[in-house]
Amino acid sequence: MTTPTTTRAIMGKQFLSHRSAMIGAMIVTLFLLLAISAPLITPYDYTERSPDLLTAPSAQHWFGTDEMGRDIFTRVIYGTRISLWVGFFAISGSILVGSLLGLIAGYYGGIRDTFISRLFDILLAFPSILLAISIVAMLGPGLNHALLAIAIINIPTFGRLMRARVISVKTEDYIAAARAIGMKDARIIMRHILPNSWTPILVQGTLGFATAVIEAAALGFLGLGAEPPAPEWGTMLSDARQYIQLAPWTMIFPGVAIMLTVLGFNLLGDGLRDIYDPKMKV
Amino acid sequence: MGNAIFSKGVVGLYAYIIRRMLMLIPVLIGMSIITFSIVHAIPGDPTKVILGDKATPEQVALVKENLGLDKPWYTQYFQYMKGVLTGDLGTSLITKRPISEEIRPFLAATFELSMVAMLFAFIFGINLGVLSAWRHNSWLDYGTMIIALIGVSIPVFWLGLMELWFFAQYLDLLPSYGRVDPRLGFVGITNFYLLDSILYGDVTYLKDVIMHLILPAIALGTIPMAIIARMTRSSMLEVMHSDYIRTARAKGLSEFWVIYKHTLKNAFMPILTVVGLQMGLLLGGAVLTETIFSWPGVGSYIYNAIHARDYPVIQSGILVLATIFVCINLLVDLLYGWIDPRIQYEKE
Amino acid sequence: MFKKSFLIISIVMIMILSAFVTGCVDKQNAGDAAAKTLIYGRGADSISLDPAQVTDGESLKVTRQIFDTLVQYKEHNTEVIPALAEKWEQSEDGKTWTFYLRKGVKFHDGTDFNADAVVYNFNRWMDPKHPEHKGGEFPYYAYMFGGYLGDDGHVIKAVTAVDAHTVKFELNFTSGPFLNNLAMPPFAIASPTAVKADPVEFNQNPVGTGAFKIAENGWKKNDAITLIKNDNFWQKGFPLMDKLIYKSIPDNAARFTALQAGDIDMMDGMNPDDSKTVKQNDALALHIRPGMNIAYLAFNTEKKPFDNPKVRQALNMAVNKQGIINSFYANMAEPAINPMPNVLWGYNDSVIDYEYNIEKAKQLLAEAGHPNGFEVEFYAMQDPRPYMPNGKKVAEYMQQDFAKIGVKTKIVSYDWQTYKDRVGKGEHQMALFGWIGDNGDPDNFLYVLLDKDNTRTPDAGNISFYRSEPLHSILIEAQRSTDQSARSALYEKAQDIIKKDAPWIPLVHATVPEAARSDVKGWRPHPTGSEPLYNVSISK
Repeated sequence: MTTPTTTRAIMGKQFLSHRSAMIGAMIVTLFLLLAISAPLITPYDYTERSPDLLTAPSAQHWFGTDEMGRDIFTRVIYGTRISLWVGFFAISGSILVGSLLGLIAGYYGGIRDTFISRLFDILLAFPSILLAISIVAMLGPGLNHALLAIAIINIPTFGRLMRARVISVKTEDYIAAARAIGMKDARIIMRHILPNSWTPILVQGTLGFATAVIEAAALGFLGLGAEPPAPEWGTMLSDARQYIQLAPWTMIFPGVAIMLTVLGFNLLGDGLRDIYDPKMKV
Repeated sequence: MGNAIFSKGVVGLYAYIIRRMLMLIPVLIGMSIITFSIVHAIPGDPTKVILGDKATPEQVALVKENLGLDKPWYTQYFQYMKGVLTGDLGTSLITKRPISEEIRPFLAATFELSMVAMLFAFIFGINLGVLSAWRHNSWLDYGTMIIALIGVSIPVFWLGLMELWFFAQYLDLLPSYGRVDPRLGFVGITNFYLLDSILYGDVTYLKDVIMHLILPAIALGTIPMAIIARMTRSSMLEVMHSDYIRTARAKGLSEFWVIYKHTLKNAFMPILTVVGLQMGLLLGGAVLTETIFSWPGVGSYIYNAIHARDYPVIQSGILVLATIFVCINLLVDLLYGWIDPRIQYEKE
Repeated sequence: MFKKSFLIISIVMIMILSAFVTGCVDKQNAGDAAAKTLIYGRGADSISLDPAQVTDGESLKVTRQIFDTLVQYKEHNTEVIPALAEKWEQSEDGKTWTFYLRKGVKFHDGTDFNADAVVYNFNRWMDPKHPEHKGGEFPYYAYMFGGYLGDDGHVIKAVTAVDAHTVKFELNFTSGPFLNNLAMPPFAIASPTAVKADPVEFNQNPVGTGAFKIAENGWKKNDAITLIKNDNFWQKGFPLMDKLIYKSIPDNAARFTALQAGDIDMMDGMNPDDSKTVKQNDALALHIRPGMNIAYLAFNTEKKPFDNPKVRQALNMAVNKQGIINSFYANMAEPAINPMPNVLWGYNDSVIDYEYNIEKAKQLLAEAGHPNGFEVEFYAMQDPRPYMPNGKKVAEYMQQDFAKIGVKTKIVSYDWQTYKDRVGKGEHQMALFGWIGDNGDPDNFLYVLLDKDNTRTPDAGNISFYRSEPLHSILIEAQRSTDQSARSALYEKAQDIIKKDAPWIPLVHATVPEAARSDVKGWRPHPTGSEPLYNVSISK
């Protein structure tokens, strides 16, 4: 095994020379910057109404206006904040809970493994969007509830990944050695197992981010996402749907924004996988 | 070749299938409990749907009693499961029709749409993948891969809406909703309209049914298409550099056909996995596509039931979908082994 | 390629196999292309086709083509005219009504329509012990006629056949809205023979006397209902179409696209904004459905700060109704002043609305002890309703106006089932809500929505929980009277009281724009939300 620093340096170089990873990273950075600097770059407030309803894109309104005369460009930019926020917290939640469950299942095995693995099977057997819809219906609509639902439906992905990883790492000689010298479970996990398991989680987390953004938009589209006047992309699409003929731009731009964000995370995730974990496949 | 497992021992295969089936039982039970408890925790009351906005509290109480809704949810659950075990999926609270009967046309509609979507994904995905592997690192390759990347990144509902806008409204080329033009007075024999129109031997119907399938099938099939294209490409690239392709080339076979035939054969297996996995996802994930194209499928059936708090329908609908999903996965595993006898049925 | 063909074969096998599993075989001749067909696009499927069992518009829309009622509404208002009953009379004390039935009318199954059929239907609805009181709860009957036989408030004492074509109704007490109620589509006369055969399955195979009858296996769930012409309809020469198909297309925009493409001939539930497109398109025609409805914002008068009438009045002054109508109703609505629409008799024209005046509103708020405003939750429904095409957006619009007087609102929304549930329990501080009239009687608005009798949770009709004794005594007096001019005066007085106490902000009476292909003739949308289509035709 090479020392961590050199490994990291090699990987960094690989990253820079990997085209799709770089493009992905650039798109993601761009959206991050947009989210952070939203108030600086947008000409209006996202709730501000002008008397021009449903006007086509122009110099004043780059992406046109919606049915309440609000600037769509402004709303799309502010929407970036919501999507990234939901994506980040939902996936962090899934990773946290999923990894913990996967770790317990993989490390201890036995009845705990059976129980947790069945739980993952159950969650995976659900049509995920229907599960998310039911959860939001139960909790009531709202961004936080949508976020929670997305986190729940993504738990088994990370759980299974972690479990498989832990099982493969567990059989390595140095773990047996650590056990032999009487190292405590918690220490073994912290020192040896987690550091050797985080790469696939990172890769999957990046790809999962993309999925979470789409799922959030889908829930918003079904009217189960953010509350007005929040400029959530899916909600904007569902509002725009009835103006599909009169004002197609109300529908085009939020959709493009979703697609680009998702594309960015997919590219980044693919690239990371190629670099860090070439054996891992879809 | 293909019969290796059978020669290896039919007993092993059966044992494997039975074991897999047994493993399904706790999954399905767990799932039904979770669904039941979530669904019953959803605020709102199906009696309001039955009685309308204008019911008196006395009426509500009466209806609740008649439907058994006044009992705690676990009592209702056991009653429900007792029915399921005897093949009774329950009765819709709203329409008061048996669900096992009511769900059939919806299942068929979703199934037909998923099949066609998969066929689309399969044909386009494989060919695009082959094409871009064949011209590796050319503009064709890049173009294809960009399409594939966009394909996996595009939200299904947005793609559907854009299709509607462009093909149905702007160009007015294709119908925007439903399975068949009601004016044709088309009456199915089965609930598979494609099959029916072929059985009737009527070209008008067939054409109309196909026209109705195109847009939703593309919307639903785009993600699997993109995944298949990428899988095909990468597994073909691997195989293309292997010795026996070089041999084949050396034998003087035309290059394209060498690639198409020989490599495809070997790249088939990983693709099959994706096809299988995506098929299951398609069945469940059709909710959005069905909403957009007013497709009377099982996804929208369950979605409407959630809106109406029609507990038995939500419950049975999800149970049926999940059962199909796990069965498809099982089937794919079996096919997998059948195609490549090297696979043992021991691995999880 | 062996493996590929294997896969294809297995796909075909699966398809055929599942065709057997899922295919309940339909035996019906293929459609006749020459038949004159009218396709009506709408947002949702019917629930049941037994009119006595349903309350939803989508079911009643279809049943009123299949069935007839004793009396019916005039084609553009709620005045009552003959239908299956040719004439009727009321006794001196107002407690006995006699109906003289039309002769020679037959049900679709060939049996005779007569006095016994009428008696049978009413007994089935009202008597929980009746052998065919099955297949549902007869919700509208209990709602309009004060419960079932034996209940305290039940209006009808007995229905008897005097002779083959004369029916007598004896009432327990006089009832102002009685005749109007009988014209409602749920109280349609069904074939007793068909009901007796199977009272539950009747909702799939309805048999009435109407202009259309259901085609064999004519109901494809969530998709379409096909009706065919009743050749023996009692109005000679009608219906004008051979076939009437109700097609469900849930999304308004998608339905409108289908109309433009000519896939459907007429539709309801149009986005108000699309009416502009209809006007520009010669192939389409706009049809306005007059509004027998009201959309309002209800204050929960039991909760602070809305227990103070001054606060309620202040908010009344802060709403730009015309702005809402311009933005969300495409100008096709009337600003509401009273809690009932002016298409009803008894409407009080002299009531003056609170003016839209932000300064005055601020002043009133200060007087009420809220100079800096306050914060509240603002409930808005998520799903479109006929009187409120986009509740969340309207709330968003009002949110900004309220902010101007310092009232900060947080919009809370739920899907319709949850929403009704929560509002009916009084969980809201203020909520958007609405009502569609049933029978065209003022009682159906004022008593139902604002009387203290209707504040019972969990299903309050009066979601302001407004309890006014003077109003209550006026409304009860009007309810028991059968003299229309006396009732009218009482209702006008009631509207004055309500305006002053301001339990609501009445918002709009929506007139609903609907559209058809221009070759569709004779369609006249009725204020009650549905109309018979026997006189509608397509001119080619």
